[in-house]
Amino acid sequence: MTAFLEVKNLTIGFKAPEPTIDAVSFSLEKGETLAIVGESGSGKTLSCRAILGILPKTAQIRSGQILTNQQGKQVDILTLGERDFRAIRGDCISMIFQEPMRSLSPLHKVGHQVAEVLELHRNCSKQQIKQDVLATFKRVGFPDPERAYAAYPFEMSGGMLQRAMIAMAMIAKPDLLIADEPTTALDVTTQAQILGLIKDLQAETGMAVILVTHDLGVVANMADRVVVMNKGRVMERGCANLVLSTPVHPYTQKLFAAAPVIPETAEFVAPPPHDDLILDMQNISKTFQARSASPMQSATLIKAVCDVNLKLARGKTLAVVGESGSGKSTCARIALGAELPDVGGRVTFCAGTGETPIEVHSLNRADRAAFQKQAQMVFQDPFSSLSPRMQIIDTLTEPLDIHGLDTKAERRNRACEVLELVGLDGSMLRRYPHAFSGGQRQRLSIARALTLDPKLLVCDEPTSALDVSVQDQILDLLEEIRDARGLSYLFISHDLAVVSRIADEVAVMRQGRVVEQAPPCTLFANPKHPYTRALIAAQPEPDINRPIDLNIVALGAGASSTWTEEFRFDGNDIPPLTELEPGHMVRCHG
Amino acid sequence: MAVLPDGRYVDDAPYDENIDASAAERPDMDAPNWLLIWRRFRRHKLALISGLFLLVSYLMLPVTGFVAPYTPNERHADHLYAPPQGIRLFNNGKFIGPHVLPITATADLENYRWRYSADKTHPMKLEFFCRRGSYNLFGLIPTDLHLICAPAGATIFLLGSDRLGRDVFSRIVYGAQLSLTVGVIGITVSFALGIFFGSIAGYFGGRTDWLIQRTIEILRSLPELPLWLALSAAVPSHWGPVTVFFIISIILGILDWPGLARAVRSKFLSLREEEYVRAAEMMGAKPARIIGRHLLPNFSSHLIASAMLSIPAMILGETALSFLGLGLRAPAVSWGVMLNDAQNLAAIEIYPWTASPMVMIIVVVLAFNFLGDGLRDSLDPYKS
Repeated sequence: MTAFLEVKNLTIGFKAPEPTIDAVSFSLEKGETLAIVGESGSGKTLSCRAILGILPKTAQIRSGQILTNQQGKQVDILTLGERDFRAIRGDCISMIFQEPMRSLSPLHKVGHQVAEVLELHRNCSKQQIKQDVLATFKRVGFPDPERAYAAYPFEMSGGMLQRAMIAMAMIAKPDLLIADEPTTALDVTTQAQILGLIKDLQAETGMAVILVTHDLGVVANMADRVVVMNKGRVMERGCANLVLSTPVHPYTQKLFAAAPVIPETAEFVAPPPHDDLILDMQNISKTFQARSASPMQSATLIKAVCDVNLKLARGKTLAVVGESGSGKSTCARIALGAELPDVGGRVTFCAGTGETPIEVHSLNRADRAAFQKQAQMVFQDPFSSLSPRMQIIDTLTEPLDIHGLDTKAERRNRACEVLELVGLDGSMLRRYPHAFSGGQRQRLSIARALTLDPKLLVCDEPTSALDVSVQDQILDLLEEIRDARGLSYLFISHDLAVVSRIADEVAVMRQGRVVEQAPPCTLFANPKHPYTRALIAAQPEPDINRPIDLNIVALGAGASSTWTEEFRFDGNDIPPLTELEPGHMVRCHG
Repeated sequence: MAVLPDGRYVDDAPYDENIDASAAERPDMDAPNWLLIWRRFRRHKLALISGLFLLVSYLMLPVTGFVAPYTPNERHADHLYAPPQGIRLFNNGKFIGPHVLPITATADLENYRWRYSADKTHPMKLEFFCRRGSYNLFGLIPTDLHLICAPAGATIFLLGSDRLGRDVFSRIVYGAQLSLTVGVIGITVSFALGIFFGSIAGYFGGRTDWLIQRTIEILRSLPELPLWLALSAAVPSHWGPVTVFFIISIILGILDWPGLARAVRSKFLSLREEEYVRAAEMMGAKPARIIGRHLLPNFSSHLIASAMLSIPAMILGETALSFLGLGLRAPAVSWGVMLNDAQNLAAIEIYPWTASPMVMIIVVVLAFNFLGDGLRDSLDPYKS
């Protein structure tokens, strides 16, 4: 009995003599899910693209075979001509890409794009095709297939677009579906629903699935077999339950150790007392004006943040968690004075115990400069947060230069000092950022924020663009620095698992409002709000015995008007933030 | 290869868990930006050759007098419309070194043109590092040394001579002085204006942006050629050729900046969203610093590429104006002025070499385009 798909000793290289993918082998049966796990640059995407024959032009296949069973015959995909290949693509093997927003053509209706697959591969009437498309749309969970058929991609959300992509991939009933990080660009609750959908469809059609991912939690929820890749080589390969429960290879073990987990049980920690506050945000709202569609209408007002009160105690970490569009980044910008809150909002900052607090949004120039020295920001994307034209030393000493501090030699020493603080050495000073990896750049970005010796760091998703193992190191580093220097963090994140280890207090935001706020132990052990529950339930855990519970996700992740009576947002009738137990606040009708 | 009893495959190659935290991940990228650009640019053969050609051409400008055998306005009344002469090495099958053959003119009264015959029996050796007509080296040092000259009694018209018996080759070399620099001066003016207006429009946005955008649109809607003509015609005719030249280049520059300002503005709008710019703002940097230290350096390479692509337009503009008789005027020598002399179709048909500045213009414009293309392709060194 031969496997449905067998990749044997696949070696692919670019210009350099060393191969980028080195002797990769794996096999897959019908109806099975194979997960390829690895960090960026591990070659997981490249090996999948080889199966579809969509490698970059400069890639050379040096050796290996990709055998598939086509109607009882074994075919080596690599020997196929372009014409034969086209017959397979989309029909027998199809693919879902990472970014649904970019994988559909913005000029064509979604329905037509999906129908194109059938037009290419099947000989049937337009009527028949449309019916098939509508049926598939219904299957992938569009409430109104007719509307989705006639919609343009920009009218849909990321999750809906990914459903459309899945419909496109599934419509020809392929034998193999390759999903390349299908949920990485999506919010965690949407991710859970999409993963559930792929699983259901697989059970229904009996197709094989190759799932490329960096998230061990996703693997644990989906996979029958696992291939762990690192630097183009297979580190470990085998049944999911074996690899996940008892990893053998040190690399796999390291990956597991680094994966952030929401603790199942945690000892109770009292919420930090709110008597010595470094940052106090009171009644913060922010309304943006969106240009209206027609010049006759007045501008539409969008409430990004609504009546948020956040208190950050000195030396502690306050985490703000929410999905995209929840207003968490706007909060961070308001906290640093980069954005003005609506009238009535007030942000005060107190540099040291007993000092008089200053109002961040009504400072004169000198006070503002002093405030900027005390409060700094760490950014999300390490690839865009360092100027590519500046040497590391110039980037690190720039804050000193701006504030006119120190002599040249002192600045240099200071740069060396902060480099050491973030675990790098002075040999980097004269080099440029493009030679370094994402993790190294994020360290540099943190170092730059530390140059001025601030008291408050606002971290805007500092780890979400990083690989798991690097994320782990950066979180370690942030904790270490906080304790060594007595820093306070306002930590913005979409990832509850990350937050669970670093935060002293967590505020969960939804639609610009805080819906639940508590210390992590209370929040994870006893979540009250349906949305918090959905977030926790949707978090994929790298433990095969803790699958995602889609029911809880569905209860909380929908529109705020679908929540149960107690919590429902009913037009302007929003429940107040009620303190249920000391330090645990939930937005509900008491 | 290791397969465990439970059917698992585990890689048995040695695995080192400890990574040097400061080691460069991409050693091939471990270089300053200009070096990365140069490495990519080097692979672009056509652009490289064009770049070298332009470099040599520009380096030659201060020493044109030395390279040219004659001075630009030196007349040879006996050799009107002389055809191009080659430098010969062999005479009657014998090697005698570089020499020319003396030519004599006869008037062909039937076809009404000059005919020249070479005297093969009297090869005359060329002189090197010889003293002839005087000129200023680097525009300052008076001298009369030439690289190559014809011996007394002979001529050396490498590209023939024109209506007044002037050496076309010497005039092309002298003409390059004006024709090639007009582009550079024009582009400097256009860049100063374009970068200034583009960057304030892009950085500040709002009302400033609106004002600059509308100004650009108005400037762009003016018909270009008539405007050039009008402005050039307004230059008083008693001004010296060099003054006229400067005015012309500045006129060209003033009309060219809107396109550049738009490019700068759109680039600014996208770069402003980069996190390193936000970081600098959070540190308290002032707008001038952000524009000067963060935004401009990060697209200076794009600016250079677009400069390379705009210079040809300037050169063509000067040529067009001079051709129409509204740009530079004799006794100034530029390629446009030379072509103005060759306006007569009959003359071009009988004496085609008088149009040879055209070839130079084509070559230079192409070279700038190839160079600009090559630069543009190599500017993004972060893509592998």
